[in-house]
Amino acid sequence: MRNPLSDKVVEIKPSGIRKFFDIVSEMKDAISLGVGEPDFDTPWHIRDEGIYALERGKTFYTSNAGLMELRQEIAAYLKRRIQTEYDPKSEILITVGGSEAIDLALRAMINPGDEVLIPQPSYVSYLPCAVLADAVPVVIDLKEENQFRLTKAELLSHITPKSKILVLPFPNNPTGAIMEQRDLEEIAQVVIDHDLFVISDEIYAELSYKEEHVSIASLPGMKERTVLINGFSKAYAMTGWRLGYACAPKLIMEQMTKIHQFAIMCAPTNSQYAAVEALRNGDEDVAMMRESYNQRRRYLLHRFQEMGLQCFEPYGAFYVFPCIKEFGMTSEEFATRFLQEEKVAVVPGTAFGDCGEGFLRISYAYSLENLKVALGRLERFIEKLRNEKN
Amino acid sequence: MREKILMFIEKNSRIDLKELAVMLGVDEVMVANELEIMEQEGIICGYHTMIDWSKTSTEKVTALIEVRVTPQRGQGFDNVAERIYKYPEVQSVYLISGGFDLMVILEGKTLRQVSQFVSDKLSTLEPVLSTATHFILKKYKEHGTVLCTGESDERMLVTP
Repeated sequence: MRNPLSDKVVEIKPSGIRKFFDIVSEMKDAISLGVGEPDFDTPWHIRDEGIYALERGKTFYTSNAGLMELRQEIAAYLKRRIQTEYDPKSEILITVGGSEAIDLALRAMINPGDEVLIPQPSYVSYLPCAVLADAVPVVIDLKEENQFRLTKAELLSHITPKSKILVLPFPNNPTGAIMEQRDLEEIAQVVIDHDLFVISDEIYAELSYKEEHVSIASLPGMKERTVLINGFSKAYAMTGWRLGYACAPKLIMEQMTKIHQFAIMCAPTNSQYAAVEALRNGDEDVAMMRESYNQRRRYLLHRFQEMGLQCFEPYGAFYVFPCIKEFGMTSEEFATRFLQEEKVAVVPGTAFGDCGEGFLRISYAYSLENLKVALGRLERFIEKLRNEKN
Repeated sequence: MREKILMFIEKNSRIDLKELAVMLGVDEVMVANELEIMEQEGIICGYHTMIDWSKTSTEKVTALIEVRVTPQRGQGFDNVAERIYKYPEVQSVYLISGGFDLMVILEGKTLRQVSQFVSDKLSTLEPVLSTATHFILKKYKEHGTVLCTGESDERMLVTP
């Protein structure tokens, strides 16, 4: 029999998180700080709308781009939140989660050999999706001393004549880093000067704790160079509904829609109806959840301080990214021992890129009670490690 | 800040003050002061415990009683409301709009005790025109807390 597999796919490394997941799932009574999704249930009025849509028999395909009603609500939302206007007819596409939008954007814009600039640590799928689209991924290692923001100098030093796309993953999973307006302005200038395009993954936009989230698409000259990606998973606690969207200039969107049409057809109809309700009447839920995450964020940072665990202050998403270099072990060793000895799951920073070495991703999408128990165990564990060293 | 403190302690009044201050990003002394002032001003009226009595061996019966009354000159409903709420077994009294005037929530040990209160005490008040008593059969949700289900974390332990 011939080899049935694609070399390109075989060569892609499986997600580092997957590996850790397998270890965790063998432990029965482990508690976790390892999830990348909200602990809140989807607000009931949104779920109710989903149920109602089913009752009314809304069980058929929608148009490829998604319900016009939903695209109009998204356009209104973006106008109100990031002061940027998108045409619901030609510039907005409803996707199966933000992840599909990442894949579509890369596939629609890449020619073989084009370079995609990917800042890391970042979400696990940019790099493999770029490889699948025949791009050459160019990783930019972000640094703790810059609070894991992307700087102009870092970007400039990775640009070559083949550079085409910059992936901009802020607020960031796993570091919790954000980019403020002045940071983005510097990046936008480089992007324009070097005729690049941006895929801006803003799935955590609503979870910004310092100032209102700023989108690079809202800066002068950037809308026509940006594919903006957002969705309902994080802001409205709707991960399982699998619903996201992309906004892009018509030229790009036409090609993205083509791939979506052939590969996906349309996003889940039921979820789309629920999402209309989320955008119309969900602002208060989002504010309530944001406040709650922010309280836990402060609590976590305070506890790290008490333990003497070094951690920069993140202002976005629901992750903190403490540094564990003082213990002289790799992130994976630390996470594995922590799991075995204290039965708490955290994700090694290396799951999000090699430069995540020496860090852990700790999620605060947990109730305060859970956080307290888990942090108590963390404290005990690092005291033990410090004693071992002395 | 007051609103944030209130919103938090309304759900969890046993929170450690230091932790609350950390979570709100303010000084502990400030939180303590605010709480004291709000207690003095009567904004915070008490720190109660929510109990699902049906899970204990203590028998309790709760009734919602609709009361129609004749308002009195110069006092409206206040005087009759006061005469009702002074009874310790009365949990709540509300003046409400609609088909009747006062909603009285009463807690007793037995059905008999509650009906005795209604027939002996409540109905005999001069301004009271009529009453309608509804007994609570099952409490699903109280003060924003669902009483009848235990929820567990359905999420996978590690996700990207």
